[in-house]
Amino acid sequence: MAETLLDKVWRAHTVRVLPSGQTQLFIGLHLIHEVTTPQAFQMLREAGLKVRFPERTFATIDHIVPTASQARPFGDRLAEEMAVHLVRNCKEFGVPLFDLDSGRQGIVHVIGPELGLTQPGTTIACGDSHTATHGALGALAFGVGTSQVRDVLATQCLALPKPKLRQIRVEGRLARGVYAKDVILTIIQRLGVKGGVGYAYEYGGSAVAAMSMEERLTICNMSIEGGARAGYVNPDATTFAYLRGRPFAPQGEAFDRALQWWKGMATEPGASFDDVVALDAGAIQPVVTWGINPGQSVGVRDPIPDPAEASETDRAAWAEALTFMGFQSGRPIAGTRIDVAFIGSCTNARLSDLRAAAAVAKGRKVATGVRALVVPGSQAVAAAAEAEGLHDVFLAAGFEWRKAGCSLCLGMNEDKLTGREICASSSNRNFKGRQGSPLGRTLLMSPAMVAAAAVSGQVVDVRELLT
Amino acid sequence: MSRDDVRRTMVGRGIPLPGNDIDTDRIIPARFLKSVTFEGLEAHVFADDRTQNPDHPFNEDRYQGAAILVVGVNFGCGSSREHAPEALRRWGIRGIVGESFGEIFFGNCTALGVPCLTAEVADVRWLMDAVARQPGREIVLDLEKGEVRFGDRTIAAAIPDGARRQLVTGTWNATGVLLEAGEAIERVARSLPYIRGF
Ligand code: SF4
Repeated sequence: MAETLLDKVWRAHTVRVLPSGQTQLFIGLHLIHEVTTPQAFQMLREAGLKVRFPERTFATIDHIVPTASQARPFGDRLAEEMAVHLVRNCKEFGVPLFDLDSGRQGIVHVIGPELGLTQPGTTIACGDSHTATHGALGALAFGVGTSQVRDVLATQCLALPKPKLRQIRVEGRLARGVYAKDVILTIIQRLGVKGGVGYAYEYGGSAVAAMSMEERLTICNMSIEGGARAGYVNPDATTFAYLRGRPFAPQGEAFDRALQWWKGMATEPGASFDDVVALDAGAIQPVVTWGINPGQSVGVRDPIPDPAEASETDRAAWAEALTFMGFQSGRPIAGTRIDVAFIGSCTNARLSDLRAAAAVAKGRKVATGVRALVVPGSQAVAAAAEAEGLHDVFLAAGFEWRKAGCSLCLGMNEDKLTGREICASSSNRNFKGRQGSPLGRTLLMSPAMVAAAAVSGQVVDVRELLT
Repeated sequence: MSRDDVRRTMVGRGIPLPGNDIDTDRIIPARFLKSVTFEGLEAHVFADDRTQNPDHPFNEDRYQGAAILVVGVNFGCGSSREHAPEALRRWGIRGIVGESFGEIFFGNCTALGVPCLTAEVADVRWLMDAVARQPGREIVLDLEKGEVRFGDRTIAAAIPDGARRQLVTGTWNATGVLLEAGEAIERVARSLPYIRGF
């Protein structure tokens, strides 16, 4: 019988079936960062355990790093303490760390693929809900909490039930000014923020096949926003071309052997799914969220919806969202004034994202009263962007050009909204308080749309600015 | 595993928290994650929601000391921060019943020995109202029978079998169970071409 990538990866990594009925799954790559691990290392210490596969474990520092200056010690005492603990834990347990002086530091979900650590057919775990990002290369990647970080550190395994599989086919071509971010926001809007609970998502169809690796990373990144813990794209020529020559990818003849194995891990024609959903790529518009979860979005030319149109389950949540946002149903989302523009995060801070935003910013100025920042996803992204002069484009337009980190995606460093500020953001979550101010408001959109909003001072259709 | 770890029934007074899609950023805002321990998180559970809404259930005197949280749809969606269930647990929550849960949150709760049971919409609403009327009365979550009891009424409540077995047998701290696989872990590692280096 034809098998899916999920079937094959699951079988290849099964250590045993546990008494609970769950699978003990071997984890091929464990990525860690400073926020969800200090307690896990402490638990290991208390239990007298070692890291079982330190050579399959890699650390970076991303969530709490300041992005204006990264000189140590950090100004924030608590952030500094977390950095000190990470360095100490990595040293004590023999885990390699991509520290600030390595040239390889960055958001964990940006550096994994970039360094070639993320590979097809593998299993990956990270104490972060956006771990599904790595699925873009055909890996099965799970976001976990701190107890499970401890499990993986100590045993290189997770106890998991095998998820169901939903194939999401995006067919056709995206219109100009429509990006991968718009595709995934549309999927989440369509299937709901909990539609994927219990599922892994396999993204396919001609539109996904035509996407670059960075676009696929954006799609898989937001799987959890649709409720799915894992999401992946089958590995193909785009994947293999992306991996060739990356520092941790197999080199030389080993690469050719790897390629054969990777190809063999993809879903076979005729494989069956628990559910299949199809979307027309050509019908997708630039999307903007109007509410407090990533499923509450509309096309930029559409009006903010009326809670009366919502399902019974969603009605109260829609009304709550409108109250919190101070928005009125029936009004267009375009024209909403913004205070802050943020281009960054593991969803949209790779080179192609910065290029798309720079293309809009070029020759224009950030609107008066708008604070705009560009935070590259990694030191490597920053270097590549600087090599082609993108930082000059942003600086000339009045954007701040920052160092790599999570920054305003979650406001754990100095970058925060204040009061009720509205932020046009290329990140992935518009939850209440997400960007550091309890009353701050987030509008999720593509990086090009953020740049368009920054230079217009309000939400606009980026297609009007593309020449 | 110890006998203290067995979670067959969870008993305690209830606290209803209406609303859907309550994410982990709301349960514990990110600024409280800036710590290398989980200590003291209970003080900040729902910090911003409680400031914005003085009538938030976690502010109300009558729910202090409650142990069973009653929630709506997709509770705990969003971030994987275990700080969320830790904050709830340290506040005193021993079990949760709701319409549905975010998947990572559910797994984190299980890993802390906090059972999350799902029930039908109408039953959850009834329970929220009933608890609000009788906050002093105890709720019983019965994992073995798959039910929740309050007063003279019993409602069906489900939990996926794998998690249920971990909880009722006291093996929800998975590290010990996973370690029992011993050398089989290394055998699987050696069988994987990418671990061998192709
Ligand atoms: S960029 Fe945002 S979503 Fe991504 S890992 Fe950092 S905090 Fe999490």
